Amino acid sequence: MAEATETAPTGQRMRDYLSNHLREYGLLVALIVVMVFFQITTNGTLLRPVNLTNLLLQNSYIVIMALGMLIVIVAGHIDLSVGSVMGFVGALAAVLIVSMGVPILVACAICIVMGGLIGAAQGYWIAYWRIPSFIVTLAGMLVFRGLSLWLLQGQSLGPFPREFQVISTGFIADPFPAGLGQALAGLFGERNINVLALLTGVVAAALIVWLGVKKRVANRVYNVPEEPFAFFVLRNAVVVVALVFVTYKLASFRGLPNVLLTMGILTILYAFITEKTVLGRQLYAVGGNQKAAKLSGIKTERLTFMAFVNMGVLAAIAGLVFAARLNTATPRAGFALELDVIAAAFIGGASMSGGVGRIVGAVVGALLMGVLNNGMSIMGIGIDYQQMIKGLVLLAAVIFDVYNKSKKA
Amino acid sequence: MTLLLEMRGITKTFPGVRALDNVNLRVAEGEIHAVVGENGAGKSTLMKVLSGVYPAGSYEGEIHFAGELAEFQTIRDSEAKGIIIIHQELALVPLLSIAENLFLGNEIARRGIIQWNEVNRQARRLLAKVGVSDQPETRVEKLGVGKQQLVEIAKALAKNVRLLILDEPTAALSESDSAALLDLMLELKAQGMTQIIISHKLNEVRRVADSLTVLRDGGTVSTMSARSGEITEDRIVRDMVGRDMAQRYPPRTRQAGKSLLEVRNWNVRHPDFPDRLSIRDVSFDVREGEVVGIAGLMGAGRTELAMSLFGRSYGGDTTGTVLMRGEEVPVATVSDAIKAGLAYVTEDRKALGLILEEPVQRNITLANLSAVAERGLLNEGRETQVAERYRRSMKIRTPSVMQKVVNLSGGNQQKVVLSKWLFAQPDVLILDEPTRGIDVGAKFEIYGLINELSAQGKGVVMISSEMPELLGMCDRIYVMNEGAFMGCLSAEEASQERIMSMIVSNMETV
Repeated sequence: MAEATETAPTGQRMRDYLSNHLREYGLLVALIVVMVFFQITTNGTLLRPVNLTNLLLQNSYIVIMALGMLIVIVAGHIDLSVGSVMGFVGALAAVLIVSMGVPILVACAICIVMGGLIGAAQGYWIAYWRIPSFIVTLAGMLVFRGLSLWLLQGQSLGPFPREFQVISTGFIADPFPAGLGQALAGLFGERNINVLALLTGVVAAALIVWLGVKKRVANRVYNVPEEPFAFFVLRNAVVVVALVFVTYKLASFRGLPNVLLTMGILTILYAFITEKTVLGRQLYAVGGNQKAAKLSGIKTERLTFMAFVNMGVLAAIAGLVFAARLNTATPRAGFALELDVIAAAFIGGASMSGGVGRIVGAVVGALLMGVLNNGMSIMGIGIDYQQMIKGLVLLAAVIFDVYNKSKKA
Repeated sequence: MTLLLEMRGITKTFPGVRALDNVNLRVAEGEIHAVVGENGAGKSTLMKVLSGVYPAGSYEGEIHFAGELAEFQTIRDSEAKGIIIIHQELALVPLLSIAENLFLGNEIARRGIIQWNEVNRQARRLLAKVGVSDQPETRVEKLGVGKQQLVEIAKALAKNVRLLILDEPTAALSESDSAALLDLMLELKAQGMTQIIISHKLNEVRRVADSLTVLRDGGTVSTMSARSGEITEDRIVRDMVGRDMAQRYPPRTRQAGKSLLEVRNWNVRHPDFPDRLSIRDVSFDVREGEVVGIAGLMGAGRTELAMSLFGRSYGGDTTGTVLMRGEEVPVATVSDAIKAGLAYVTEDRKALGLILEEPVQRNITLANLSAVAERGLLNEGRETQVAERYRRSMKIRTPSVMQKVVNLSGGNQQKVVLSKWLFAQPDVLILDEPTRGIDVGAKFEIYGLINELSAQGKGVVMISSEMPELLGMCDRIYVMNEGAFMGCLSAEEASQERIMSMIVSNMETV
């Protein structure tokens, strides 16, 4: 069979490659199709600078938690408590900042440590006592929902000081002289252009292409089967155009939201950890076959424990972002949000049995859900239909996975 | 003699591969017919064609069963005609009782209500037929692998079976369990049951088979008949691999150097019943360049011993000391044991040795990731180089090191596990059933590798249920039974009979 693949004609090789990576391309294509669809049906509202900025803000906390959820799912577990934990941390932040007047930075630090402790408290039972994560985090979901109610006495608490709100609502100031922005704006026929935002997009796009080329060169040296050149060009072109387009739109509004920066840095960090480090590799091994990983000298319990601590920390960050965005803490904050987060990870290609899934997939999965929400809302589709459609999208994504796998076997 | 089954000119192609090429198989009524061949020779594909997993029309050629043309669309069709396959991987539900398993999908019920009295009566009758004395209410998980295999056969008998196909039935069985199973096959034959056995174990094939078909590379190479005395192991091996295999075990210059691993007074408590000892006062040593065997029946405690030494992976408390080159080393965790220079190649490579859904490359480096990383950062280029090196030196047959391990054959999977542990640079390798379920050619390669390791001065501990293998490979053989060592035999004094008698003599005294 080895000979067969080596001497196969280009068309065959492309088909093989495509069928092996159908999931990744499929996700990208789905996102584009959905965006084009809503762009048309909303008469261009979807991609308006204001809406695009809103879309990112609305989904930032889901994306942030999806990063942690992806890691938990890759490790072979699930966390049902993230919505409650997020709400609880938001409530804690409100109590600390609004009621007790604790300085904002200190309060944020306390909240993040609290998130880690919550993750540790749940991870301990899961990792060292081998209690199924479904049960432990189901208990956590109830406990922390109750704790937020208790902490807030059933009331909403707010508003937060401005310095706290900027976590979500602030934008990064443009360090470039205003003249440059105006000159560019004149060129494109816009009112103003945030040079930093546009530059970030261009640099990020260039970086992605450069890393892709570097990887291709390395693959060639080590004789790893590589993506057909046409796909490589097409995929990168799509990513580059999308990145530059989005940042251009953001640049013509108010620039880069603070949250986008948080989200971007966290995404890159976690993508790097999961794909390039020993830690990440061991995580996939634990999820893929825990016993084999353990017999290979990997400290499986500690990794599982750390996955939940990490999830707690990210849920806490998401809680802060959410509270800052709403400018108030309510006992219902984060209600049923864990389901959106879990859905994002699965739409992004994670496998229930563990060991499979990518950070980028989870982020795109979260954005896909976000675009669906946003587009349907603009179109005025009722919440009833929205829920049904989202459910069917999740089901379709997983059916696609399973079908794809069974076809290959 | 009338033919029960005739498969004529079977050709089955998959995209890019011709798995079967004009295969002919003729099985006479009432005989035991053996089908042998290396992994990938097409045995399983042939059986899938026969049982309707690949429906009629998806292959070329004709199947005639009991005098009529058979065109099975599903497994159900073939089962209805009485063709029953017992697969290598047992298909019993561990948490259900023997009786429930026997009639699974075939329940004795009246208007949907199970008739338990009838079920148990029938179950007893079937169990008696296969020589299992356990109660029908016993849960299957409580039975050993040997008995489970017999229950599988009983389950087949519960259906209206005319042709019983056993795929590698003794692969997971000890010598005595295997013997019992083969006896049962002969007994069923005496009752007129036609059977096909697929096996790698040529001595077993020779013992039970009336005729034999050898497959190689998807084609029929030869057919032999026992009556004319054609079935000899040498001939089978020659036909299977397509070359003469002068020696089953490659020669090795024996040279034992300084003491490497020494285990003193090793005791292990049972993880679930702490008052019971799983391993009792075991002491042994391995020298540089030595291959030391551990013989024993299934359940003698060999795997428990190996795993307890390897980072207490068996569970349960341990007492005793482990010395490496004369110095005591901690082995309480797997990473301690790896650091001390130990490696354990598991007997259950799918469940404990490999991450099946990950590529070859990632499996090879898993036990020694720090060697392909700097400050926690993976160097994937170096990782690929390492994997490529092992792919070549171990002759792992895979299109690329990025191929998922699940797509490799058993022998190649085993080579990936071995590569993983070689890359961890151990001094002593404990190999637990290293050739289980892999074909003759791959076995020979693994024997060669063991010799190479010993030539490099490494120590090898070889656990095996196949005594000829231990006799052919080892410098010394420890005999184990019921958690304790019965004694040690040198290569010169060891023989199958002496090992067996050491085990049996102990059993009589207990």
